[in-house]
Amino acid sequence: MRPKKAKKIVFKSAEEMPVMICSVGHQTHNLTGAWRNIRPEIDRSKCIKCGICWKFCPEPSIEVVDEWPVVDYDYCKGCGICAEECPAKCIVMVEEQR
Amino acid sequence: MSQEVKKEKKFTMTLPADELMACGHLACQGCGATLAMRYMLKALGKQTVLCIPACCWAVIDGPYPYSSMDVPIYHCAFETAASTATGVKAGLEMTGDAETTVVAWAGDGGTFDIGIQALSGAAERNEDIIYVCYDNEAYMNTGIQRSSATPYGAWTTTTPVKHFKNRPKKDIVAIMAAHRIPYIATASISHPEDFFKKMKKAKDIKGTRFFHVYAPCPTGWKSRPDDTIKLARMAVQNGYFPLLEIENGEKTTLNLKLKDRKPVDDYLRLQGRFRHLGPEQIAVIQAEIDARWERLTKGCVA
Repeated sequence: MRPKKAKKIVFKSAEEMPVMICSVGHQTHNLTGAWRNIRPEIDRSKCIKCGICWKFCPEPSIEVVDEWPVVDYDYCKGCGICAEECPAKCIVMVEEQR
Repeated sequence: MSQEVKKEKKFTMTLPADELMACGHLACQGCGATLAMRYMLKALGKQTVLCIPACCWAVIDGPYPYSSMDVPIYHCAFETAASTATGVKAGLEMTGDAETTVVAWAGDGGTFDIGIQALSGAAERNEDIIYVCYDNEAYMNTGIQRSSATPYGAWTTTTPVKHFKNRPKKDIVAIMAAHRIPYIATASISHPEDFFKKMKKAKDIKGTRFFHVYAPCPTGWKSRPDDTIKLARMAVQNGYFPLLEIENGEKTTLNLKLKDRKPVDDYLRLQGRFRHLGPEQIAVIQAEIDARWERLTKGCVA
């Protein structure tokens, strides 16, 4: 499935740096959820499990846990595509409280 | 009771669950190019090498030495996407690896303008690579400058409202069809199953394969980030971006036959870059689409 969250590898000097990108898939230390102004919330009572939110998420920050879509708020940038595309209209965008 | 019945229902997945593109990349909110990459990697799998010239994806991927993808990436100069992919493929073949798919992944600037000589050369030699152009219709990465993929009437920073672009978009699919390469396809991020199917088909074909993928850009088009998929779908439905396949430069297949195409107005009105257009200019755009569609239905490529 999707890669686990990785720790940022810090290189102290230029000599330590690898020649090629060695840490493929290691951008996950960058928590892009901080960019978000509005957050999606999924109403499970209306969800029809069509998979459209998962399919169209550009992050991809919608995971499938126990056959339910779950938003990973560490990475969701709050674009609102899932709420716009949801055919059952079970996802609403609410303002982020910080 | 209804709750329990619902719980038993399986989550529908029309694409494989494997993600080769990880979270934490640096794309804008609602980016279409990331979706295109996600679908492509789902189809091609782990045994893939990407050659990325200067484009949005050179930034989205993350700063050196970090990367947001689980496949190797080769960053190359702007004009050399196709020739770098050629070299990588030749190198892999020398080491006895004939299975790895080499993909050149360029934006519209790196394909339509700057990279076209390398692309044309690779297509003429029929190199065994997949070339994917994700088209967001301007140089978005450097700050929304006009490219030859920018459509008629669009605002960019180098074609301001008073002097908007008055030439139509370059027809890259017709240019590539004239090279008689084995496979050419157009795809849109609003139709991921179609894109996935075409990419799977292309993986098994030998020779140069060209993809033109439509990827809306909310930042450059001045549209809402949540309208990304909607815009891509509208462009397909009104005939602005037809979904087609061309095999050996001859056999053209229209994947989506539209009986009554929708007018282009609604599509234009959702984007800030077309806000200044009056009815006359919209009529010009509509006439252009109609003429192209007429040619396509007769079986001509361009």
